[in-house]
This record gives sequence, structure tokens and C-alpha cells, in this order.
Amino acid sequence: MAPEVVDPPRTMFDKIWAGHLVRDEPGEIPMLYIDRHLTHEATSPQAFAGLRARDLPVHRPETVVAVIDHNVPTTPGRRLIDVVDEQSVLCIETMEDNARDFGVTLLGMDHEDQGIVHVIGPELGLSLPGMTLVCGDSHTSTHGALGIFAVGIGTSEVEHVLATQCLLQHKPRTMSVEIDGVLAPGVTAKDIALAVIGRLGTDGGTNHVIEFGGSAVRALTIEGRMTLCNMAIEAGARAGMVAPDDATIEYVRGRRFAPAGDLFERAAAQWLQLAGDPGARFDTEHRLDLGQLAPQVTWGTDPGMVVDVTGTVPDPAHTSDPEERARLWQALDYMGVEPGERMQDIAVDTVFIGSCTNARVEDLRAAAGLVTGRRVADGVRAIVVPGSMSVRRQAEAEGLADVFRAAGFEWREAGCSMCIAMNGDRLAPGERCASTSNRNFEGRQGRGGRTHLVSPATAAATAVVGHFADARELWQEVR
Amino acid sequence: MESFVQHDGIVVPLLRSNVNTDDIIPARFLKSVRRTGFAAGLFGNWRYLADGRTLDPGFVLNRPQYAGASILVARDNFGCGSSREHAPWALNEYGIRCIVAIGFADIFHTNCFNSGILPITLDAAQIDVLVKSLDSSGPRWRVDLPAQTLTAADGNSYSFAIDPFKKRSLLAGLDNIDWSLAHRSDTLAYERRRRNEAPWLFPTPTE
Ligand code: SF4
Repeated sequence: MAPEVVDPPRTMFDKIWAGHLVRDEPGEIPMLYIDRHLTHEATSPQAFAGLRARDLPVHRPETVVAVIDHNVPTTPGRRLIDVVDEQSVLCIETMEDNARDFGVTLLGMDHEDQGIVHVIGPELGLSLPGMTLVCGDSHTSTHGALGIFAVGIGTSEVEHVLATQCLLQHKPRTMSVEIDGVLAPGVTAKDIALAVIGRLGTDGGTNHVIEFGGSAVRALTIEGRMTLCNMAIEAGARAGMVAPDDATIEYVRGRRFAPAGDLFERAAAQWLQLAGDPGARFDTEHRLDLGQLAPQVTWGTDPGMVVDVTGTVPDPAHTSDPEERARLWQALDYMGVEPGERMQDIAVDTVFIGSCTNARVEDLRAAAGLVTGRRVADGVRAIVVPGSMSVRRQAEAEGLADVFRAAGFEWREAGCSMCIAMNGDRLAPGERCASTSNRNFEGRQGRGGRTHLVSPATAAATAVVGHFADARELWQEVR
Repeated sequence: MESFVQHDGIVVPLLRSNVNTDDIIPARFLKSVRRTGFAAGLFGNWRYLADGRTLDPGFVLNRPQYAGASILVARDNFGCGSSREHAPWALNEYGIRCIVAIGFADIFHTNCFNSGILPITLDAAQIDVLVKSLDSSGPRWRVDLPAQTLTAADGNSYSFAIDPFKKRSLLAGLDNIDWSLAHRSDTLAYERRRRNEAPWLFPTPTE
């Protein structure tokens, strides 16, 4: 009698990977089927041009959704004439032409569902649990919050997926990051994300797909999980994921492009089977007890250069590795901060609440909650850029927009805006910004600009105080 | 795509870790809808003085001994951050054909192959020795892809690993689309199977 074969327990990622393999032969690179392809005007023009040059159609245009987000102005009532320069206009018009010519749905600048690609995907039910999803954009990891293998790709790969519906990719390694701890009011998913990157380092996740779990992750809302998975790429990971649970199912139910009726129930039953099997092994395993996590603020020029808001700028003298010491000095120098300086003594010129990391309605609620009845500090420019036009409408309906305006914030239309500074919203050289975005790289928000990454709560607290402030304290005062 | 077989060229050392793709080409230089026109934006925040136009003589790429460099040597986690393929396009257009580093970020590593640039991973100690040899023996290295070796001006040779599939593509200058289209029947078979398992992924326009 043949011995009984028992399948080894599998991780969530293993299941999704195996379920999407089109071809996996020795000596080749595995061909992975892609269910959803989101695209935007900044990284797709050359891909569509490549299809034209080869005279190829898009294999399944109904799986592709295009949005215009990076180059759009965010000033209320925007029109094409408000676009910052001719090249940005060309990017926008090229996306419009390509969507029309290749039969792809476009959420253009004046579409009521327009928004940042990683905000509109989940919001419209375009991103569904168990999918493989790509976008020519590194923060595609965001969609992993729903239990999706969502991966950022380059423009040649965008062309490849458009033409073939497949991605050639070696199977990444798996990593589990189990996070325990309870968040105090004023401490959010963004603080978890920054703390995780601070511990893993900006290349700690290289070649890995991270599955986030543990009590702190389970307790997060779906939008909070998106913030966490969004930042997985900042730890170098290829993707970040959270296993679907009941909260995931309820989040997806009823969304515009989600299945309905019996089909939804059938899908949901499958989605709940996606979580890793008990005993499944990961190539790398981390366990982090965040205990009494404080709000996090970056002081340097990568997201791993992060401290508690109650902390001080680190002193490179305490670092033994000469190369690392030089890197820290370079960051201090660029940021214009001193070793040992208290974060809460550092004043800002600008506060930016926006980006695919932190511009969903819960983020705006958290920020507005701390702003109510207060004023933006003198000399601070504060702007709120909702992640989508739908978020903007929701925030207006809830009165959040009025709170922001009354406090002296600018209330904008949806787009990437000052996260990447392609649309004219940017810092001047030397300006310092508390930003809810995801990258504090040199020049990211404008040449010479200094970016400190924070949560929406910390951004709001900082806006009203004028220097970095502890959202937990303001929260106490609000109560 | 351009093929890569052997290459002999001047080496420029950019000895930093975590050089990100915003460093390689800042976002304000991305607004072209073509694959070319990005070389001027290469290291756009580092290469120029405050006026944004005059080359900064202090930046390593601008030093006379590295003029015409075609091999870049860096430290760890090169190309992290944004997925922009404009980064390898800009490097390629500037003339860089090969990057040697301790480690690369995933998306950038793939983008290099798709842009005709060979990324070579060596360990930190090897890179230390190689970088020292730049001063003693001169900044000229030879890369041999079929043999998978990198040879410094002092004659010392280092072998490197590379995925055999990517090696074949780079040697022949093939891109992956033709290969995948040749296996289209596998894709169609997958779709037929998958349509039954997960019909919500194949909605008909009326649903
Ligand atoms: S908000 Fe920023 S990080 Fe997100 S997609 Fe736009 S530019 Fe990229």
C-alpha cells in the first residue's frame, strides 16, 4: 500500500502563488497569472508605446484599470489648464489616448472615482482577496492588506503583463512578522509600520514577501492594514500581506466591482481559506512586541531612520561601523538636525496629510479629531489631500473638511501631490515638512526639502503646535 | 533590447549604501512619455550645483578620471525605493552597462535586466578589494558574461552568479514578451481552468 501523502502546511502566500502558476519548468522563470492590473500615467506610457510598436493588443483589457494621479493638480475645481507644466499635460493626455485605444477603463482627472491608484483599488472593489495584482508602482504592496499578492513592477513588466497577462518572477522567500501590543489612542498603524522598518532596516525584507500577523495586526482596521502593507516596500519587501478575516470580507462586501449575491458568498468562503495553515513555516520569522509603542517620527533620509516622538536625534558617534556613521552624518547634514536634539524641539514649515499611505477617511478622521477647535500654528502651511474623490466627498459629508478649513488647513482634491512633488505641490529648498507619506528620501518632496514621516495624528498635532508633538497628549486634552 | 556579452570599461565608485531610485533620477525628471531623455536627470540632486545646471566638480561622476565611465560600483541595497524603470534607463543612457554592488533592491534588479544593464552581486570583502585596486591599478574592469567573471585592472578575477534564464536573454538581447507569447497556450489553459474555480475573476460585461 502506498504511504499516505500529507501535504505540508502552506503559508497564505504559498497558496496564492501555487494557484496562479501558469508554467513552472526547470531552467525557466515561473510564469504567474495576473488577475488585476492597475496603471497610472507616470509609469505606463512606454509600455503602451511598446505594444503599439509590436502591434499587440492588451490580452484582457477588462482586468486593467488606469487612473491619473501623479501629475494632477489638487487645487479645488482643477482643470487641464491648471496642470503644472506641458510635460505633465502630455503624461495625462497620453494616458487618456492609451486607455481609449486599448479599451481600458480610465478614471481620469475629472472622474468622480479618481484618486491615488492604491486608494481607489480597494475602495472600488477592484482589489479582491486571493488575487495577484500588479501596478507599475512600488507601493502596490498596499493591496496586500486584503490578502492579495500585490507587487510593484517596472515599465517593461507593465508591458509584459498587458501583452501576456503574466509576470515572470522567481518565487520570493516568505517572512512572517508577528506584531503584538496594544495601541494607545493617538498611536496608529503608521507608527507600527515605521517601528517595524526601524527594526528590520530598509533592506530587511529584500527578496521576501512579508505576512503580517499577531494581535496588533488583527486589531487593525482594514485601512490600518493598508497603511502597514503600503510601507512593506520601505523594508525592501516585494510585498506585504495580511490574511483575510471577517473584517476583510465585510470591507469588500458591496463594493462596486466586487462580486454580488451568491457569487460573493462563494468567493468569501474561498477567501477565508487563504490564511496560512497551522504549522506553516516561513523562510524568515520575526516577532515584535511593540508594548507601549510611542508615536514615531523619522529624523533622517530613509524610513528606517526613525525614533519615538519623545526621543532625540541619534548621535552617529555611537555607531561603530565607519560606513554607517558616514551615512548617518550625511543624513543629519541634509536634514539640518543635530545629534541629541529633541524631536519635539524641531519646528516645521509645512504639514502634508495625504498619499497612498495615509489619506483614507480613517486617516482624515484621526487628524481632524485632534484639530477640532484648534488653529494651525503661525507660520505653518498645512494641507490635506484626500486619497480619492470618494474619500473627499465622505470627509465633507462627515464635516471633517469644515474642521480642517476652520483650523486653517488647505482642503484639496485627490492625487499624489506633495508625496512625490510632480504636480507643483512641493517644498522649497530647506523647508521642513511633517508628512504622512512614505518616503523621506533626499529631495522627495522637492529639491532640498526635508521630510519627516509621521502618522496623520502626529501630523495634525504638529500642525497645531508648530513643532513635532505627541498626539497622545493632545488626545488627552481633547477628551 | 541591447545584448550584453563582454564589456571593458571605466569604473566609477559611488560608495554609498541604500542609493534609492529617487537619488538615481528625481521625480521631476520623469515626465517623458518616451524611454529616452533621462540622462540629464541622472543623479539630478547630486550632479549639479545649486543652479541645477552647472556640474558639481565634487560629485564623483564629474571627476575627470571617471569621464566616460560605463561600470558603476556601489555598496548595499542599491536601487531601493520607487519602481521607476526610468532609473536604469537614465543610467543606460548615460553609458552605464554594468552595476556591481553588495546587494540590489528587487524591482530595480529586475528593471536592470529589462533595460540591458547587467547587475553583479559580490560580497562586501570582494568589493572592498576591488575598490582599493581602482587607485593602485586604475579604474578599468572587464566583465565577461559567458564566463561570469569580472576582472580588475590588476588582473584579479572574480566570478559572479546569475540566473541562467536571464543570462540567456541578456546574451541574446531578447526580451521576455516574445518568450511568454510563445507559451500563450499555457495561459489560455490556465484561464479555462481558473474561470471555473473563481468565476468572479472573469465577469462578463453584463454581470
Ligand atoms: S501617493 Fe506617493 S507613494 Fe503613493 S502612489 Fe502616489 S506618489 Fe506613489
